[in-house]
Amino acid sequence: MKTILTEQQISLTIKRLAHQVLENHLHLIDTVIIGLQPRGIYVSDKIVEELRSILKGETVNYGILDITFYRDDVRREIKVPNKTDISFSIENKNVVLIDDVLYTGRTIRAALDALLDFGRPAKVELCVLIDRRFSRQLPIQPDYAGKVIDALISQKVIVKWKEKDSETEVVITE
Amino acid sequence: MTLSTPHLLGIKDLLPTDIRLILDTAQQFKDVLQRPVKKVPSLRDVTIVNLFFENSTRTRISFELAEKRLSADVLNFTTSSSSVAKGETMLDTVNNILSMKVDMVVLRHSASGAPHFLAKHIPAAIVNAGDGINEHPTQALLDAFSIQEATGGLEGKKVAIIGDIMHSRVALSNIYLLGKMGAEVTVAGPPTLIPKYIKEAFGVNVTYNVKEALEWCDVANVLRIQLERQNQPLFSSLREYNLAFGISRKLLDSIQKNIVIMHPGPINRGVELDSDVADGNESIILQQVENGVAVRMAVLYLLSNRES
Repeated sequence: MKTILTEQQISLTIKRLAHQVLENHLHLIDTVIIGLQPRGIYVSDKIVEELRSILKGETVNYGILDITFYRDDVRREIKVPNKTDISFSIENKNVVLIDDVLYTGRTIRAALDALLDFGRPAKVELCVLIDRRFSRQLPIQPDYAGKVIDALISQKVIVKWKEKDSETEVVITE
Repeated sequence: MTLSTPHLLGIKDLLPTDIRLILDTAQQFKDVLQRPVKKVPSLRDVTIVNLFFENSTRTRISFELAEKRLSADVLNFTTSSSSVAKGETMLDTVNNILSMKVDMVVLRHSASGAPHFLAKHIPAAIVNAGDGINEHPTQALLDAFSIQEATGGLEGKKVAIIGDIMHSRVALSNIYLLGKMGAEVTVAGPPTLIPKYIKEAFGVNVTYNVKEALEWCDVANVLRIQLERQNQPLFSSLREYNLAFGISRKLLDSIQKNIVIMHPGPINRGVELDSDVADGNESIILQQVENGVAVRMAVLYLLSNRES
């Protein structure tokens, strides 16, 4: 088990990601943030918190999306669904999808399908804390990446959060 | 996490954790049904046959809608327009349908135990949509979901089941489910329509006085008086049943507290429920129907991974 990002590094990375999103979408009037259940929302919660503190008082539309019903492997394993909560229209908006680790790209494929059931966004961008490059099974790439890493298929990248796993860090198994 | 059983034959076979899983999953499907696109692709590659050997509108439409909202392929079968009328057995009928690569069977049959028999002989997942006077598990699940939604939970809630307990599969499934989830049950109705020893067998309270049951309960689940039983000497007339056991506005207003009124449908207005009660503020009858689709989606989704 090797630590890739410490708690301090994660907090700096999240600040950077928030600023990068703002560079591209100056005021977030036409931009909404959507975190992916179950693990992506820990990242999106923190990015949205950062955005709100930078923008002071401006509304940041923030929703969470569960993709369980849109998976391409339903037959192999039944997963228990989580809550979806998107209380605003995404029609013609710029959507920034946020997840913790981008690996095969299948989750994002399912998320795009799920998202389109809520309306037709003008543009969809992807923001991830960790990008495991060279391991994609679908043509999907992030627009904002916290850290890009090379890892073997046999290795696991685990993002831990204090509020859930007692410590905040990103580790990789041997 | 998955269900402990490959079929849904009855509430009797379910664990409390199974019931919790179905109800929690149903909540997510209920959210899906509020979206602009009320459909998810989960069962895109699954074929489901609805085998209805007995009449039904609500349950059949509800299952069919649930299947379509899950993107399953749906086949409908009713006995009147099939070869069953030519003397084919149920098992042959089902095997013929399954040989066309059907993954799940939703079965309604007038014989108690028909889905259990089928489960022993065919590889597909079976959902019981009502068998004789035995069980109607999806109705009990949607009733539980509706009680939970209206009162905030199941544990410790007092539920009165009123009417024809003897012939009601809805009553039996509800008694099993509420018992497993820690709710208290009282059955009420004429002595001729309440089985002897039900108290000893299921640990429910029994009363022959509807007012007493209403004063005790948080939720009253009023069952249909099956008109087809009118010719049997179980009660003297519908009029008399209404006067003694029917729920009128006057009776409900005389109760000192707010209770929730449920009914699995179809309602005989003016028999077990008066119209101003069925359509009143206490009634969640139409919410029950709405919740039925979400609950059935949850059941079908959770049973869909069975290798066949």
